[in-house]
Amino acid sequence: MAYVLVLVVLAVVVFAISGPLRTVRGPEDRAGEAPDVAELEAARDAKYREIRDAELDVRTGKLSDEDYAALDGSLRAEAVEILHQLDEARPGEQVPSGS
Amino acid sequence: MASAGRVLLILCLLSSVYGLGASLYGVRTDQHEWVDSGRRAMYSVFGMSAIAFVILDVAFISSDFSYNIVASGSSTTTPFFYRAAAIWSTQQGSLLLWVMLLTFWSSLALLLTRRRVREIVPYAQSVLFGFAIFFVGLIVFFANPFAISANPPSEGAGLDPLLRHTTMMVHPPMLYSGFTLLLVPFAFCIGALISGRLGAEWIQVTRRFALAGWLCLGIGLLLGARWSYTELGWGGYWEWDPVENAALMPWLVCTAYIHSIMIQEKRGMLKVWNASLILLAGTLAIVGDFLVRSGILSSIHAFVSDPTLNVAFVVLVSVMVLGSVWLVTYRRDGLSSEHRLDALLSREGVFLIQNMVLVALTAVVFWLTFFPLISEAITGTQVSVGPPVFARFVVPLALVVVALSGIGPIIAWRRVTVAKLKRSFAFPVAVGLGTFVILAFVSGVTRHVFAYIMFGLGAFVVGTVAQEFFRGARARRAMTGESLGGALVALVRRNRRRYGGYLVHAGVAVALVGVAGSTSFQHQRFATLKPGQSVHLDGYTFTYKHPTAVATAQKVSFGGDVAVTKGGEPVTTLHTTYGLYPSQDLNAPVGRFLNTSDGAQTESRVGLDSGALRDLWVVISPNLGQLQGLVSEGDAQIAKALNAAESLPAAQRAGQLNTIFQLRDILINELAQRFVTHPWASTFLIEVSPLVMWLWIGAIIAALGGLIALWPVPRRSRAGALSVRRRPATEPAASPAPEPEPERERELV
Repeated sequence: MAYVLVLVVLAVVVFAISGPLRTVRGPEDRAGEAPDVAELEAARDAKYREIRDAELDVRTGKLSDEDYAALDGSLRAEAVEILHQLDEARPGEQVPSGS
Repeated sequence: MASAGRVLLILCLLSSVYGLGASLYGVRTDQHEWVDSGRRAMYSVFGMSAIAFVILDVAFISSDFSYNIVASGSSTTTPFFYRAAAIWSTQQGSLLLWVMLLTFWSSLALLLTRRRVREIVPYAQSVLFGFAIFFVGLIVFFANPFAISANPPSEGAGLDPLLRHTTMMVHPPMLYSGFTLLLVPFAFCIGALISGRLGAEWIQVTRRFALAGWLCLGIGLLLGARWSYTELGWGGYWEWDPVENAALMPWLVCTAYIHSIMIQEKRGMLKVWNASLILLAGTLAIVGDFLVRSGILSSIHAFVSDPTLNVAFVVLVSVMVLGSVWLVTYRRDGLSSEHRLDALLSREGVFLIQNMVLVALTAVVFWLTFFPLISEAITGTQVSVGPPVFARFVVPLALVVVALSGIGPIIAWRRVTVAKLKRSFAFPVAVGLGTFVILAFVSGVTRHVFAYIMFGLGAFVVGTVAQEFFRGARARRAMTGESLGGALVALVRRNRRRYGGYLVHAGVAVALVGVAGSTSFQHQRFATLKPGQSVHLDGYTFTYKHPTAVATAQKVSFGGDVAVTKGGEPVTTLHTTYGLYPSQDLNAPVGRFLNTSDGAQTESRVGLDSGALRDLWVVISPNLGQLQGLVSEGDAQIAKALNAAESLPAAQRAGQLNTIFQLRDILINELAQRFVTHPWASTFLIEVSPLVMWLWIGAIIAALGGLIALWPVPRRSRAGALSVRRRPATEPAASPAPEPEPERERELV
């Protein structure tokens, strides 16, 4: 019983681990996700959070309207810049606005 | 099946070595299929370690004493639930649990990042395999849980009675989960430093692991405190024990990290600081495990000292520290901040100060925890540091942290105006000052300055959080027309990280109010009472009504019922017991049930009446000296009878032995009943502790807040509410459209 268990587990492990090595990959598989895109997506998501936080801050009375207008404007400009960098980093892909 | 378990562990080690090699080869040759293969090796190591764990646990459940650790850590009389969990009461079994959890969280992290941060993942994967190799190597070469005996005993030694407590069955897996979860962001940080991808993406993909680690460590600490309070019988829930501190230190650093990464995500600042914090948290997680396993510092929680493991852990911690320092130094240029702090009076400014205080707290706890070793190295004598010394340094810093946890939520990011500041602070400050004023008229409160300040600050924090929830819900209601309750629920659902975090702040403040109240205003005394005698404490009268005793084959339990009255009115009756679990000492057939000197293991069960304002707590220490003469006589008589039975023919021997053991059981029962029928005095430790309940309530609130913050926000909620206008494709990149989108959907709150 113990030997059977070990043999079965060993067979499954060898099959699983060697799987990627047995698969012939196309260039698109190899390319994966460009590192810049990941970094830009992280920056974009963080910027969106910052815009939402600023909105929440003004609505809960922590920011004055003037400060908020200036802050929100600059944050959105930064977000737009990141979106354009993303467009350039992913040519041919349409980045949905705000998503 | 022991051989299968052993082979599986060897396969775990081989797979880990392969995974490390494949990951590094894949990244060096830019052949990602090798990295993928390495990732699958991690899944395999988890699967195999889980099967090995199940094999071992089945041995515990079925009381298979051919396994050495089952014989030493369990018995047939150990209840099923505790037999199933006894596996991690042993050094070897707990190492296997550690490996299983480490490889589970590693597999989960690698699964979630299989198409993300591809430059970082191979190195992170290698680091995680490094940890797996270390711990599986310890098991394979030095702490084999599948060691078996050719002549197994018919009965095991049993689980340590102190561990027969419901919370202790969950406490170790929680702490181990916390420790191992923190190794995931540690590994990804190393990966980011090696690969040079020093943006916020490694933080983003591992943030939940850090938060989950923080939550698990917090729950583990809470369960440990609860166990200490209700089981250990010394009267408290926290004693600054080295192993307690071992979990507290990474928790404190992780608390700082969870806050400071928000600054890096938003502003691109504090990159060196964040990398250093998570590297420190990961290293402290390993130091924590080292303290548990090494026994280098005296602790009730530690395993027996093992020099081999000690050397291995010192090497690992040294590699982690030196490697981290070198990598951060090497990448210092890439870790420079993208922005500067706009103003100290901003949320990031408060976070920064809070971070420094938390790290100072960690440094104090670290120094005082290791002071016995430091003093031994210098003077040759271990000098222990007690709770009062910890309190002297920790309490003032904790007050600052609580104050900042109230200030942070009501200050905006980047900048604030004085007018807004006044408006935001008015209500919480009024609540805090109101509390100060009211408590000034409560007798005796102002004498304990730190507790008094903590009560006021706690009220300030709760006021802050209540105001934040109310204002947020009100703003949402104004936009959507929902009811206030509906708006509150929707607000939290859409901003889980923020409002979950606020709940944590409130919970921690409430818990620390409980700590301040129960430590500063606790009344405690020892009293030696005979049945019918009374003692007075803090306005309550404790009367030892009558003794109790229960003798079974598993345990002999002596106890007492204590009636509590106040002003002549009955309040409650507390029942406390002192249990003795028999040893395997065959030379003391009666004494092994009743004498700690004959190896009987003890436990205490406290009598507890919890209330919102005070806990009544009592534990008995029965005087069993009166029984000693009879126990010795019983030992001699039973031993004589057993010797006589040994000389009988086999056919008669079994029957005779059975009769002798029945007589022994009757004797033990008679001895136990003597405790009930004779008015012997017992010593009681009695406590009246105010506000302890609020420690548990606050901790539960904090855990709930942590869960909310951890719970993933649906993708639709994350993205659907925002719309940002982009310039036309033909517009130059250098001139982005700066104006806000006028028609954007107003659903941000």
